[in-house]
Amino acid sequence: MAGSTPSAGPVLPDGLVAVVKRDCPTCVLVAPVLDELAARGAALTVYTQDDLAFPLSSVPVADDTDLTVSWHHGIETVPTLIRVKDGAEVERTVGWSRPHWEALAGLDGLGAELPEMRPGCGSLSVDPDLADALAVRFGGSVLRSRRIELAALEDEMEAAFDRGWTDGLPVVPPTEARVLRMLAGTSRDPADIVAVVPPDLTAVTVEQVAINAVLAGCRPEYLPVVLAAVEAACTEEFNIHGLLATTYFSGPIVVVNGPIAKRIGMNSANNVLGQGNRANLTIGRALQLVVANLGGGRPGRPGRPGVDMALMGAPGKVGCAFAEREDDSPFEPLAVERGLAPGVDAVTLFAGHGPTAIVDQLSRSPESVTRSMAAALRAHGHPKLALGFDAMLVVGPEHGRILREAGWDKARFRAELDELLLMDADALLRGVDGIDEGLPASMAGRRVPKFRPGGLQIVHAGGDAGLFSAILGGWAGGRMGSAPVTHPITDIPSTVPSPSGGPA
Amino acid sequence: MTVVLDPTAGKVGSSIETVPRPASIEGLTIGLLDISKPRGDRFLDRLEQRLTEAGATVKRYAKPTFTKPAPVDLRHEIATNCDAVIEALAD
Repeated sequence: MAGSTPSAGPVLPDGLVAVVKRDCPTCVLVAPVLDELAARGAALTVYTQDDLAFPLSSVPVADDTDLTVSWHHGIETVPTLIRVKDGAEVERTVGWSRPHWEALAGLDGLGAELPEMRPGCGSLSVDPDLADALAVRFGGSVLRSRRIELAALEDEMEAAFDRGWTDGLPVVPPTEARVLRMLAGTSRDPADIVAVVPPDLTAVTVEQVAINAVLAGCRPEYLPVVLAAVEAACTEEFNIHGLLATTYFSGPIVVVNGPIAKRIGMNSANNVLGQGNRANLTIGRALQLVVANLGGGRPGRPGRPGVDMALMGAPGKVGCAFAEREDDSPFEPLAVERGLAPGVDAVTLFAGHGPTAIVDQLSRSPESVTRSMAAALRAHGHPKLALGFDAMLVVGPEHGRILREAGWDKARFRAELDELLLMDADALLRGVDGIDEGLPASMAGRRVPKFRPGGLQIVHAGGDAGLFSAILGGWAGGRMGSAPVTHPITDIPSTVPSPSGGPA
Repeated sequence: MTVVLDPTAGKVGSSIETVPRPASIEGLTIGLLDISKPRGDRFLDRLEQRLTEAGATVKRYAKPTFTKPAPVDLRHEIATNCDAVIEALAD
């Protein structure tokens, strides 16, 4: 919870510390026990969360109505009894339990009139109506970004459009409370530098990425994926600057492997590249908003030039992320093929767009369906061009089943494809077939592969029904443009953030 | 009133002053930067011919790939050796 827990809170006094509220029947029930503890010589401090007139006769009541002590010491239930030594908590118990209180206080026979145990009540410091405001008050100091006050009559959504923070769709206003909740999704320090984002070469922090993840509509548990995607995109190999600036169609596509995909609810099945799944849609969008808002890379519009010079662009440029369907895949996952251990959470960034359909409803043998895919791939970009553009082949599960049942793994499938993707240059030379476009005359007589080595990615995704696969068209490949980059997803907190926060 | 956090890098627009335009190109050294797009060289060949006829000395440069910004060393070399530069974007 690096985002919402500051390093220091008020130090508790040594001895016994109780936190109570008048509104809690169990707290009122144990009031005589607190008096008894004081009478029997315990060094006791009692904090009240609501009423300074909490009924105690032997000790004064300490004021925690601003909940400073309760928030910083993680009080979730009242009463909470804590034993403190040398300013540090030794142990605590919540609610009323005679044996627990006796053990903690080191005294026998406490609360003889009381029942054996009684559960406590919720602490005001975790009251859903107050929790966000408290997080901002006590944890907000970790946030370094500029605060912008929106006028009372200003519509929050319109304000974001007016300030140029959006991609044309509405964004979620990045309030302090929402950003703090988002930051709870990573164990990284909010001030850590994530990457240097082109084209403005801005060194961006975890906090700044979190703000844009809020804008995009992400949940906190998506943040580690977004951070990994930003890191991978801003590498020399991936070249997000060139991808942004190109006249070509492509944008960054994020493929997610590993158990995190299911844990955060990403879609790898039906409509995997379409609408309807929050994680898929907002993770890719967060990356693009980071590039636009922090990197300064926006599309041009009349009267205002931008670095994004795409002739047409593509719908997926709002954001494109999906999970590979690993469970019944004929292949090892993409991240594993690219060198990570099985089971490691990872993103692979690919410069692409699409999809383009591959239809084959008649093939039942791996040889036949592979030939169909190769035929479609040979036309990628232009049927007479080779080696220029990368591609990602998304094998649909019904096509994948044919490969799996025939025992074809990825290596076998690749070997077959590689052979089928070798083309006679003579048929592709400039001018052949009455088409000026094509390979230069210097390549005459050669057999050329459609893709550069490493220029064809293969993944398995989609729903159960439909004898289709797809090509995600790629941009200029390798050192000449963009190479895919695989990056592990790290710094996932052990405590999963609550699925829903309160109002912001 | 709602308080939100600035999602941008908070940079304000800046402008870069251009050097004075030369009155004549005669005797100047002109850099021609090929960004390595197809047929950019044809455009630059013609420019070199015209500039040489007009009395300029031409130096040719090329980016390794059009997809990435020119390396800083290349930019420095052009700035050091040339009075002016023409960059070709072509397809």
